[in-house]
Amino acid sequence: MIQIDKEIQEAIICNKCSIPLTLGKVTLSYMESDFPVELYKCSQCGLVFIPEELAKGKMDQVEKALEDK
Amino acid sequence: MEQKELRERENRCVQEQPPGCTAACPVHVDARGIAAAVRKEDYGAGAQLLYKMIPFPRIISRICDQLCQLQCKRKEIDESIAMNALEQICVDESHELDLKLIPIQLRSKKVAIIGGGLSGLTAAVELGKKGYNIVVFEATDRLGGSIWGFSESRLPRQKIIDDFALLKRLPVEVKFNFTVGNGSSSKLSLDSLSASFDAVYLAIGCTDSASLNVELELDAKGNVVIDPLTRATSNPKVFAGGSLILGHNNKSIITSISHGKIAANSIDRLLQHASLTASRENEGYFTTLLYTNVDGVEPQTAIQCADPVEGYTAEEALQEANRCLLCECLECVKVCEYLAHFRAYPKRYVREVYNNLSIVMGVRHANKMINACNLCGLCEQVCPGKLNMGEICREARHTMVETGKMPPAAHDFALRDMQFSTSEEFVLSKHQLGFVSSSTIFFPGCQLSASSPQHVKKMYQFLCEKITGGVGLMLGCCGVPADWAGQEILFKETLQNIEGSWRKLGAPRVITGCPTCYSIFKRHIPDMVAEPIWTLLERIGLPDKTDGKKTLLKLAVHDTCTTRHEAELQQSIRNILGKLGHQVEELKNSREITECCGYGGLMLFANKEIAHKTINKRVSESDRDYLTYCAMCRDNFANQGKRTYHLLDLVFAIEGQDLAGQKGPGYSDRQENRARLKTTLLKEVWGESVNKEEYSITLIIPENVRDLMEERMILKEDLIKVIEHAESTGNKFKNTENDNYIAYFKPVSVTYWVEYSLHKDGFIVHNAYSHRLEIKG
Repeated sequence: MIQIDKEIQEAIICNKCSIPLTLGKVTLSYMESDFPVELYKCSQCGLVFIPEELAKGKMDQVEKALEDK
Repeated sequence: MEQKELRERENRCVQEQPPGCTAACPVHVDARGIAAAVRKEDYGAGAQLLYKMIPFPRIISRICDQLCQLQCKRKEIDESIAMNALEQICVDESHELDLKLIPIQLRSKKVAIIGGGLSGLTAAVELGKKGYNIVVFEATDRLGGSIWGFSESRLPRQKIIDDFALLKRLPVEVKFNFTVGNGSSSKLSLDSLSASFDAVYLAIGCTDSASLNVELELDAKGNVVIDPLTRATSNPKVFAGGSLILGHNNKSIITSISHGKIAANSIDRLLQHASLTASRENEGYFTTLLYTNVDGVEPQTAIQCADPVEGYTAEEALQEANRCLLCECLECVKVCEYLAHFRAYPKRYVREVYNNLSIVMGVRHANKMINACNLCGLCEQVCPGKLNMGEICREARHTMVETGKMPPAAHDFALRDMQFSTSEEFVLSKHQLGFVSSSTIFFPGCQLSASSPQHVKKMYQFLCEKITGGVGLMLGCCGVPADWAGQEILFKETLQNIEGSWRKLGAPRVITGCPTCYSIFKRHIPDMVAEPIWTLLERIGLPDKTDGKKTLLKLAVHDTCTTRHEAELQQSIRNILGKLGHQVEELKNSREITECCGYGGLMLFANKEIAHKTINKRVSESDRDYLTYCAMCRDNFANQGKRTYHLLDLVFAIEGQDLAGQKGPGYSDRQENRARLKTTLLKEVWGESVNKEEYSITLIIPENVRDLMEERMILKEDLIKVIEHAESTGNKFKNTENDNYIAYFKPVSVTYWVEYSLHKDGFIVHNAYSHRLEIKG
């Protein structure tokens, strides 16, 4: 993920605010469970960025685990 | 599922029933386990299996009368397994053969054993292990009774000495040269003995019962009357067994040992004031319910020992052990990739499903298993106990949906696809143009319409020409995805809507294009007279072929699992193939025992891995091109690279067109095909203009991204929503390295992400992914 973090920091900007993304607190939620996590987002408008690797990796695992609860 | 139902279902699976050899052995030695141990040359493990059931393994491994052979499956092919010879090598090659005893807690009760043969000594060991004080009264000066009649070479004396050493570790006292009875040579009468002991086991070998002059009830022949279940005599404290009861002509060493064990159990129960008879059905010889298929097993006679005195060499024993079939059932597991995937068998699975439904808090480990089944019912067809895992999984899904415990990811996509097929986008219900009533309705089904809309159109036109009284058309989905997903309410609603539309059209007979629609209507709309298109076509004749030359094929017919019991339909398929000039190859599992294509039960959505295993198993059963009559079967096979025709591909064959090699349309195209079929038919058949809302944007999706979307079950429509949202709100990211935009949107429950760029003709999609975790900000 370090490599991906670097790519996000260097390459991805919020299109509306034209600023790079920084790590910030975000709540993810699924099946009545909330998860406070740190994700890259636009510090100005708050738009949250989720890279493909996270969606298909860790988040997918969390979804599957919650679905069997 | 109630406890009682659980047990009833569990019991239908015979996999855990003992093999015939173990059931026939009156002390239930795990003979199959011994053969398996010999295969691994783990003789110690084999000997321990014998020792577990018999206190004198060195003796028995030489002289057992092998009742196991009576129910050996191998006997049906050639000869029973030479089990005693396998036992002998196990015992002889075990250097430290020792019975581990748990510390004995001595009890005050005393038990007399009359007769120091194997039956009496077995009872002495069993009761001694439980802490009873045992006194063995032996009429001669040595223990063992009739076993001393065997030759030294057959039964070396040292074996007897080594086995009987066990008695010294137990609270067992032996009185030699002590005759019990009421005769003149007796030292003590049975009556006085039974007065001074808490219980007595009478096992005095082949003695004439009448000459004993004991005060026990005798039958007309003068034999002691006993209860075969408990070995109880007319005296409630006295039990009897062994050759005394079996008689000289029916002597059986292993049965005598089993009498000793049964009597010991009875005495223990008597002294503990427990029921003598409860739960004892399977003590002694019984017939197993285990089914083992011996089809295709090559005959091979038993391996003879080169040196009968020494017994098998390791090599001989291995050969003989390899003859053992290691009996088990697994008939269903052999034909079903789903059942095989979870590495057990239905008896275990039923219990896991039950436990899963009972969990209040914690992880529901069986969710995956419950949702992966294709509900095809093949297991029931091949199961000796007719257990249907599909029924159990379907019920479990209902319960999970009702209790809100169904994982949304399992069936969400398929249900949304069904929602599309039951929406105005696709649903249509009309009489034939120029008619105010219909003699017949054609219901092609949602998947045939998605895969081959051109065939639906041609078939409808053909039926209109051929059938009098008006042929109406109903487009829609029969609701089976909801049924498979356990969504009972949605399923019923869908059926009600279909029934309502059908009644509005005058409730005529319904001809279905899809075998599954047919099976659903037949089962769930009893008033509806439904018929598959194929039996009808056989009756009314096939459409005229317009193309002159055609290639004649030999095809392997894959029957549809939802109509496995429809013999008439299956025959029609073959007859029509014949009429078209093609030849049929029957797959090993066809008709009633056909396999699922991997789509049934929404398997493909709930568990792609198992669905692909299922498809691959099926398509590898013949090298021929396959022939199906269900659009999903065809597309599933073709998508895995198997050349497959739908029968309509052959009915409406166009020279030079190779439909068997074509993959099925993707999920997005399937929906588009359905919607377009509706608008095309309305326009071309009924002359109605359709104002269909077009998307405001155009997507350009490269092949690799299409494949990815298919894999991730993302529709083109989902991506359009994301881009429309991003472009209208400006909420998007930009990758400064390639100037691509990245945006997300959550139309309902899934959040979709798209990486895209602008193009003069629309938007080029570079990547798409999704997740269910919701971004709350």
